[in-house]
Amino acid sequence: MNGNDTQPARGNAAEAPSGSDLSRRLERLGAEIDASRPAAEPSPGPASFTSDPSALGLAFRLSAEFVAGVLAGGLLGWVIDRVVGTGPWGLISCLILGFCAGMLNLLRASGAAKPARSGG
Amino acid sequence: MASPIEQFTIKPLIPGIGFTNSSLFMVGGVALIVGGMLYATRNRSLVPGRAQAGAEILHDFVAGTLTDATGREGMKFFPLVFSLFMFVLTLNLVGLFPGFFTVTSHIVITFALAALVIGTVVVYGFVRHGTHFLGLFVPSGVPVWLLPFIVVIEVISFVSRPISLSLRLFANMLAGHIALKVFGGFVVALGGAGVLAVLSPLPLLMAIALTALEFLVAGLQAYVFTVLTCIYLNDALHPGH
Repeated sequence: MNGNDTQPARGNAAEAPSGSDLSRRLERLGAEIDASRPAAEPSPGPASFTSDPSALGLAFRLSAEFVAGVLAGGLLGWVIDRVVGTGPWGLISCLILGFCAGMLNLLRASGAAKPARSGG
Repeated sequence: MASPIEQFTIKPLIPGIGFTNSSLFMVGGVALIVGGMLYATRNRSLVPGRAQAGAEILHDFVAGTLTDATGREGMKFFPLVFSLFMFVLTLNLVGLFPGFFTVTSHIVITFALAALVIGTVVVYGFVRHGTHFLGLFVPSGVPVWLLPFIVVIEVISFVSRPISLSLRLFANMLAGHIALKVFGGFVVALGGAGVLAVLSPLPLLMAIALTALEFLVAGLQAYVFTVLTCIYLNDALHPGH
């Protein structure tokens, strides 16, 4: 922000090299600071889950993921039924698939499954 | 005892044009953000003062979150992500003042923000990558006979993203404010209950502890909203990598 404002005379074309130059200087400065700092203390053992306030946040987060999957499946099935007119079957099958998607969301959010990438 | 959900009532302030208390707090929040940022950057110096240092910390925090998730390419979305973060954070914190209205405890607001994010992801993904963006729904290394199911499940999972994004923020704010109001109501109810009035400081202590927790939740949810926005934007920038 500051770097751009101090050189108002430069055009837009000159901004990209100056941006990368700035980031290079920042990286070098960061490396120097890290080198002069004492080594970080070893991290304490695994966090206990007994009275952690962020456990509540985790619970909210995971439940929201699961509920959202089911809701999205139900919504999709309901819309398909409304548009195509296929009785309750779209809603039923999409709700079941929504449960699957909710479980998938849950596993991804908790880190038990690999994130949504095709890897190719 | 007042109803714990009365605080979420939307009242029109100016009849005719639909300007409600929700609108008032949104305008106030935006004014607070813009005013604060303008004040913090009014005389920029190399060695920042207090306000400028605060603004720079916020900027670097969001920029760091964004580049961690999306790489340097993602910085083109910085204005969007920073605006979302500041909007959610400010309105969460403003809502913690007693008697103030919490805009983010209404799912229509949080869903509109989430729809904005997912709309950006979809539009940018298709503009940038064309049909290659649909590769997001086809994981590699899946047997062919399983592929239709997986694709449908992935599509539903994608549709569920704005829902979970909005639901999480909305549910956290709603639950926290209801819990605060309920414990506050207990204080009043116990205070008027004769001998039991000696117990009334207990829910008061609980309300104080909950207020501290709510400050944590307000910041944490704004952060979570930002992180997930960055992760979704990363899918638009690099589908299938």
